Amino acid sequence: MVQYARADLDASFAALSDATRRGVLERLGRADASITDLAEKFHMTLTGMKKHVGVLEQAKLVTTEKVGRVRTCKLGPRRLEAVTDWIERYRQLWDMRFDELDKVFEQLKRKEKINER
Amino acid sequence: MNARTESEPTAMKNRTTVEQKSDRELVVTRTFNAPPRLVFEAWTKPELLKQWWAPKSTGVTLLSCEADVRVGGTYRFVFGFGAGEPMAFHGKYVEVVAPSRLVWTSDEDTGGGAVTTVTFEEVAGKTRVVVHELHPSKEALDAARASGVEAGTLESFAQLDELLASQRA
Repeated sequence: MVQYARADLDASFAALSDATRRGVLERLGRADASITDLAEKFHMTLTGMKKHVGVLEQAKLVTTEKVGRVRTCKLGPRRLEAVTDWIERYRQLWDMRFDELDKVFEQLKRKEKINER
Repeated sequence: MNARTESEPTAMKNRTTVEQKSDRELVVTRTFNAPPRLVFEAWTKPELLKQWWAPKSTGVTLLSCEADVRVGGTYRFVFGFGAGEPMAFHGKYVEVVAPSRLVWTSDEDTGGGAVTTVTFEEVAGKTRVVVHELHPSKEALDAARASGVEAGTLESFAQLDELLASQRA
């Protein structure tokens, strides 16, 4: 199991708490884009988009590279799967518990049927 | 927040979803094919809790399970993690409303002082269960991730994997 430092996870969750930033990640998952492209697609000012990209960059979810006058954004070294990893494992634990709980209900229902007879 | 995951729906099995609502809240949701009366019973009778709270597939065993389910009553669960030291978790029931609502606190030392609220809602003969876990602070949730029973359980999967891998090598 890979361990993710808590500070990194925190930065990732903070970055993902915003719908625009999640949208940006989704878009960059399909193709790299410049800040200008992203600002247009999300109907936002350049300054606004720069801020969002900055947050994503800090969380290492996005990297940017400036060539000439254009800053291109692409997905960074940390992927979404890493962020949801802990939650996914937590979900699996509850899922396993609940599968057992389903069996308990089958058993309780059977007992009730027998008692009704 | 978008940190949300779901299991694959199948004809037989209902989906378990987990959502991180904030930096100190987690919400688990699942529907069961049983009326609230039965579901509530399974969450409040120790002999039933024992059957499902620590599933065998996790490698964790519930060594003892005491639960005095009434307002102000206490619970004490002791978990065994293979060869590791057993861990005891305790706390108090704050609200007990059969068959719709159950609230308990976890002891600060062992459970980080989280408050868990479980609601049981009837939906067309089935029961929708929502488990809402509220930690006193973001730090407390982080700590629970690292050292709570969930972490212990999840770690034990990883240890088992490692053990099997090392034995194969």
